[in-house]
Amino acid sequence: MARYFTDEHEWIDVDGDTATVGITDYAQGQLGDIVFVELPGAGTALSKGGDAAVVESVKAASDVYAPIDGEVTEGNSALEDDPALVNTAPEGDGWFFKMTIGDASQLDGLMDEAAYKSFCDSL
Amino acid sequence: MSEETEFEEPETGTLPLDAWHRAKGARMVEFAGYWMPIQYEGIVAEHEWTRSSAGLFDVSHMGQLLLSGPDLDAAVETVLPIDLSTLKLGMQRYSLLLDDEGGVLDDLMVSRWPDSLYLVVNGATKWDDIGHLREYLPDEITLNHLDEQALLALQGPKAVDALARHAQGDLPLADLTFMKFGRYTIAGHDVTIARAGYTGEDGFEISLPGEAAAEIADLLCGEPEVKPIGLGARDSLRLEAGLPLYGHDLSPETSPIEAGLVFGINKRRRTEGGYPGAERINREIVEGTARKWVGLKVEGRMPAREGAEVLVGDAKVGVVTSGGFSPTLGAPIAMAYVASEHAGSGTALEILVRSKRLAATVVPTPFVPHRYYRGK
Repeated sequence: MARYFTDEHEWIDVDGDTATVGITDYAQGQLGDIVFVELPGAGTALSKGGDAAVVESVKAASDVYAPIDGEVTEGNSALEDDPALVNTAPEGDGWFFKMTIGDASQLDGLMDEAAYKSFCDSL
Repeated sequence: MSEETEFEEPETGTLPLDAWHRAKGARMVEFAGYWMPIQYEGIVAEHEWTRSSAGLFDVSHMGQLLLSGPDLDAAVETVLPIDLSTLKLGMQRYSLLLDDEGGVLDDLMVSRWPDSLYLVVNGATKWDDIGHLREYLPDEITLNHLDEQALLALQGPKAVDALARHAQGDLPLADLTFMKFGRYTIAGHDVTIARAGYTGEDGFEISLPGEAAAEIADLLCGEPEVKPIGLGARDSLRLEAGLPLYGHDLSPETSPIEAGLVFGINKRRRTEGGYPGAERINREIVEGTARKWVGLKVEGRMPAREGAEVLVGDAKVGVVTSGGFSPTLGAPIAMAYVASEHAGSGTALEILVRSKRLAATVVPTPFVPHRYYRGK
């Protein structure tokens, strides 16, 4: 399973022809206490760079973008009861949604873990 | 992911505690022309600490002004709707800077000092306020901007315990009730302490020399009850307390009567007038206003933020001016101007957030009861 990162601080785990998407530990640290996550419903068509979800911290709402084209297959229902999972396990149980992979070539433009780490260090 | 921060201002100065905040690990943002700490360990933790113990806030960006001169009270009463004949030495009162149409230019605190009046005004408006006061006050009135002074707010139920170990003055802190102030020393430095704040909790605002700010902040944060708290929690605390924030809930487009601030127009002035906007303000006190500022409890967990429309059916009846998630209540809360016929407590409304309709109910404020110390 390969993990990719966007420069908007989303991560995407690719497993066969589906992918799991969330926001990075760096992102949750910047946002602070997460109080609500608005997820796309199953069947929602996403396009790379377009709006996919909204994450609300105590102080502000922030958009989460789709890392690639595809269709949402499932939202993480655990976030409805416990949005703070995004703070405590951003790159694990705090995932946002799963999606199909519309165009695998789009993954080539994303960062791997080492590249993302040096990207964050540069911010 | 992108963050829509509401704490963005150009041109950035540093305040006396800038290095102190950074050394304590604060995340600094630009606000009102200065670098300010928005949070240390996290807004919710800092919010809850202030409600249960004591939080130290740096509000040195606010403007501290000293007015003096002949016939001072009469001169100031032409600018502010305050009754200075009832403001005795050692007392502080809330007042408003109004334009000629009765719109709010700022809200402020006025204290009676010996031979002078001391004003604390909002940071984002202080330069405009100074210009306005210089323009409207007679030349004989001297206006000193005390820009060498820092301002700290120690807020929370245990603030009095921590401060009493350091503040020495003629008046014991136990006798300093809400909206009174006195002169004290802390570690040998002259300070002025007012029993006031903007969190809804008991607490104090301490005006102190900028060069002593780090020493005094260290002393207070050395007490087990006290932690430094950022502006993020200051905003969530004041929202729970139902207190308006200038630039959000108050502006030149709002009248203080719409905002429920009739107490800011002192009784004698309501009949006498003689302050900017008096005609409109005094008419609104008698006749009421077309819209009112209300508290809203929001169903679910999704917060409604500033700018969200308030609906009844398909009709827009209002707009949210402050909104967020209440850590104390574990639910979203908001403040909004709504048409007066929909402003009654218990009225069911809807708020439009990103094309979703959130059910909301008009509720009395404060959302979390005030705990000001008014004496035993």
